[in-house]
Amino acid sequence: MAEIRNYTMNFGPQHPAAHGVLRLVLELDGEVIQRADPHIGLLHRATEKLAETRTYIQTVPYMDRLDYVSMMANEHAYVMAIEKLLGVDVPKRAQYIRVMFDEITRILNHLLWLGAHALDVGAMTVFLYAFREREDLMDCYEAVSGARMHAAYYRPGGVYRDLPEKMPQYKPSQVKNEAEIKRLNENRQGSLLDFIEDFTRRFPGYVDEYETLLTENRIWKQRTVGIGVVTPERAQALGFTGPMLRGSGIAWDLRKKQPYEVYDKLDFDIPVGTNGDCYDRYLVRMQEFRESNRIIQQCVAWLRKNPGPVITSNHKVAPPSREEMKASMEELIHHFKLFSEGFHVPPGEVYAAVEHPKGEFGIFLCSDGANKPWRMKIRAPGFAHLSAMDEMTKGHMIADVVAIIGTMDIVFGEVDR
Amino acid sequence: MPANLEALKGSVETALGERVRSSVSDRGELTVTVAAADLVAAMKLLRDDAALAFTTLIDVIGVDYSGFGDGAYDGPRFAVIYNLLSIRHNTRVRVKVFAPNDDMPVVDSVIDVWPGANWFEREAFDLYGIIFKGHPDLRRILTDYGFVGHPFRKDFPISGYVEMRYDPQQRRVIYQPVSIEPREIVPRVIREGSYGDSGKT
Repeated sequence: MAEIRNYTMNFGPQHPAAHGVLRLVLELDGEVIQRADPHIGLLHRATEKLAETRTYIQTVPYMDRLDYVSMMANEHAYVMAIEKLLGVDVPKRAQYIRVMFDEITRILNHLLWLGAHALDVGAMTVFLYAFREREDLMDCYEAVSGARMHAAYYRPGGVYRDLPEKMPQYKPSQVKNEAEIKRLNENRQGSLLDFIEDFTRRFPGYVDEYETLLTENRIWKQRTVGIGVVTPERAQALGFTGPMLRGSGIAWDLRKKQPYEVYDKLDFDIPVGTNGDCYDRYLVRMQEFRESNRIIQQCVAWLRKNPGPVITSNHKVAPPSREEMKASMEELIHHFKLFSEGFHVPPGEVYAAVEHPKGEFGIFLCSDGANKPWRMKIRAPGFAHLSAMDEMTKGHMIADVVAIIGTMDIVFGEVDR
Repeated sequence: MPANLEALKGSVETALGERVRSSVSDRGELTVTVAAADLVAAMKLLRDDAALAFTTLIDVIGVDYSGFGDGAYDGPRFAVIYNLLSIRHNTRVRVKVFAPNDDMPVVDSVIDVWPGANWFEREAFDLYGIIFKGHPDLRRILTDYGFVGHPFRKDFPISGYVEMRYDPQQRRVIYQPVSIEPREIVPRVIREGSYGDSGKT
């Protein structure tokens, strides 16, 4: 009898379902995976090393480029770590703005995950729908920071500036006629908060649309139910966090369990799955859309009623206002020192983690008292999840690998760092 | 939180006994230092003790302390920091272990305690050259195939040693020595204790 041997197949790094630059070496027995060996690091930019050679403020924009679909959540962990080292207080209004943008970011991230996951598994329409809503949320980013993605909006001690009073509007151009512009600008007549509030009113309907397309869809269920099952014990041992852990039935959410900023004042629930398969993780994330929407509504209501400062008045950490800087010698010195030498951070080690859309995103900072960190370590949730690739895919078919990559919500900016 | 932290510190010290070299609670976080020889035994205790139950390994952090505090530091060069999380008790602890030998840093692998340590240890090996004894598959993970050196060590320049380009004559991608000069725009400085008071509000 002829000897039958396993053969290896290369998947990626230029595969459209590899979500970026994942190279998977699959050992196959027929169409069944025997071993999956992910080769990562093709997007490695040594962010942690770069941070050691830059002042604390100069590293903020690098954070956006880690997980480039949930930009502000990355910044959040980083500024929280600095604030913990310095011991500075963040004004209440800034905390609400941060929480609101964290949740906007969560929706942004889950929309991309949903669209890409569905596209990988074979449903085209969801992708187009998801990008329609992402457009509105990116406009919120743009209105507040000037950039659609890489915002650099969170700063140690608060946020860069207050929410704008006027939502930017579309202007007539060669490709858009008067009537089209009028339709697009309909909900952009007021402030940014009006626009966000209008979005939160529309959004539950959109989630219903996605669910109509997928939740009871026979093909979707055939591709996701019972695929990539992880038991709760195993999920803990493998270092899973976020929706990957909640999908296995553990109600663990840093926003509830170790509340940071103002999450303890807000009313929301943690959805959990039961079976720990791709379908349960899908349901968990779909429910998170609705919970995030609720949080945003509560934040909008609070922010309307409570004006105030959005960044700390400690000018050793945060720059003074432009007018003060021009009028006072002291503030001019503050401004100059802050943007040349940067602020000094007392020696110590801290770890600050946020509930990132993908899981626990943490920053470990070790300072020796200089104006630059001695060591910064980024704890990326996707890295821990992807390391379980071998275990999750073993015994599944090649087509299921794509569904498992989709359910992990992998973004290479953070996995490779 | 501080009351909890004291209780946690107490129970960690009870569980580990004399394996604890030092334990520091700072800014609401507990850091326990253990000797490299006791590492795996201590980690198993931390995981299995019902009062601790650190079932999740959140992160493994390699650190190079050469030149720490402008040369004021005098101790082992390499350390590995394990960030643990107990989901049952909602507590965190950091376990720090110094590699005894600076030229050949070796630390036991904790892959038998938490399977999730696999990639984290590969990363620390790749970037710092710390060897994890007992790791079944200690390959490089983040750097390029055939990379030489450990880039996150403090003596490795930020711009690296080699760069890649396409060579039209040889019609392939080649490596050559870097053509850029490393430069420091903002110098790294440590000021005396009370300078600027940036720590106080």
